[in-house]
Amino acid sequence: MDLNLTEEQDMIVGMVRRYVREEILPLELDLDPDADELQPEDRERLVEKTKEMGLYGLDIPPTYGGPDIDLVTRTLIAIEMSQHRAGLYAPCYGTFGGAGLAQLFEATDEQKEKYLYPTLRGEKRGFFGLSEPSGGSDPARAIQTKAVQDGDDWIINGGKLWISGADKADYGLVFARTDADKGRNGVTCFVVDTDTPGFHVRRIVHTLRSAHYATELQFEDMRVPAGNILGELNRGFAIANDRLTRQRIPYAAGCIGVAIKAQEMALEYVPQRETFGAPLSTRQAIQWMLVDNEIDIRQATWITLDAANKANQGQPFRKEAAMAKLVATEAGGRVVDRCMQMFGGLGVAKDLPFERWYREMRIRRIGEGPNEVQRHVIARELLGASLR
Amino acid sequence: MAIRMTKPWMSADEALSRLHGHLGVFQLADADGNVLFIGFAGGRDIYGLKGVVADALASHPEATQVRYELTTSYHTRYRELLMVHVADHGELPMEIPPIRLGKLSPA
Ligand SMILES: Cc1cc2nc3c(=O)[nH]c(=O)nc-3n(C[C@H](O)[C@H](O)[C@H](O)COP(=O)(O)OP(=O)(O)OC[C@H]3O[C@@H](n4cnc5c(N)ncnc54)[C@H](O)[C@@H]3O)c2cc1C
Repeated sequence: MDLNLTEEQDMIVGMVRRYVREEILPLELDLDPDADELQPEDRERLVEKTKEMGLYGLDIPPTYGGPDIDLVTRTLIAIEMSQHRAGLYAPCYGTFGGAGLAQLFEATDEQKEKYLYPTLRGEKRGFFGLSEPSGGSDPARAIQTKAVQDGDDWIINGGKLWISGADKADYGLVFARTDADKGRNGVTCFVVDTDTPGFHVRRIVHTLRSAHYATELQFEDMRVPAGNILGELNRGFAIANDRLTRQRIPYAAGCIGVAIKAQEMALEYVPQRETFGAPLSTRQAIQWMLVDNEIDIRQATWITLDAANKANQGQPFRKEAAMAKLVATEAGGRVVDRCMQMFGGLGVAKDLPFERWYREMRIRRIGEGPNEVQRHVIARELLGASLR
Repeated sequence: MAIRMTKPWMSADEALSRLHGHLGVFQLADADGNVLFIGFAGGRDIYGLKGVVADALASHPEATQVRYELTTSYHTRYRELLMVHVADHGELPMEIPPIRLGKLSPA
């Protein structure tokens, strides 16, 4: 087992680190502390840069034109990309491009033409609509949005809550119950155009998060052609689950990046700041916070890279991805909290990024499946049949 | 929280005497209550709402009324107010900096 980075990984990580420090951090000096977008001219300039670096569209599979970079390296890159104020939810302000909704790679050719390719070209945006007011931890049971067949179409009624980016999206994946008696085997995934009559974004849900606010959706007799079913009828839950499992690795990586940056700032600050006639760095109470941070960061990093490595090798990685999400979100929260403490009043001021990280990091223990659900996933894998 | 701003309108003088350096959002209107401007005081505005409302009033002499909400979610609330205005009136009340605005259809 070789835990060292390869020469190529080292080079890519160094390139992304320089990009964040030289291009993103200076822009943040002038942006509103809660900003989640760059000025259009800055964005265009930086997108050109990431294209020159050969890293644009990182998560797009090579068969669709993305750079051929393995998941471990992409995880290392994601750790670098979040090391700035908006980094948790708007890493590098999207200048590395996105892959859109990964489920669309499994779509039919017609669906790919209409939704996937325009998304990869940056012409269309999508949202992921799973959670509902009735609950997001256990969507298989909680989904109440209903789709009823009517000739060649389906009529969808219901609503979704917490959906990120739906107000700006051209289409979305909407999970609806198509067979009331079949539990998780009665949920279907529909690709829905947001200009479909009956599709409404009712409100923004204001949360601790500054970037990419959530929204509440309502569907009133929304007519969707059967050709817009993604995957198979009544098999939508498998699509949702697969996405959530994969998403846990970059989700963990973002938390680690922020924790690394917070720790770096604290390590710079405490030798300079004096109280009671001596630098903070000479106090054991401070040293132990730094030590605990370092241990939290190391543990989270190795667990997350292990999950990425398993996924990369095509091995089962459900348990590992759940562990990565759990450990990194909790470690990230502790590290940011300790760093705020070391900075005193400055730690909670909008002058520095800690207060934004602190708010946004808190969401991470709930989003993409609450940590209690991750523990449940791990326990189920450990106990196997004996739990059922 | 109501999606449309429901705080009472007040005169520009009254608003300026009440406002302090808080974070938040605000609207300016003419004497008939037509919204002319929507703005926010963010983390980089050193005098908070007091400063940005005074600046906005100076550049909108036709505005006679002000209403505001104190909120630390000024960023998302500002966008929401813009989108609600578009939903209700079909267009924005003023030029805004280039941000990507979504579409709301409030009930
Ligand atoms: C800012 C934000 C953005 C989001 N974006 C999206 C999005 O784009 N698309 C989308 O579909 N969803 C999105 N979500 C929803 C998110 O996935 C859900 O909030 C999450 O799954 C939890 O669901 P819930 O809020 O309904 O909580 P519930 O399901 O009601 O659970 C409440 C709490 O109960 C606890 N709990 C649950 N199950 C167990 C258990 N088995 N054992 C012990 N404790 C348990 C957990 O602590 C959990 O937090 C977003 C959420 C937020 C906050």
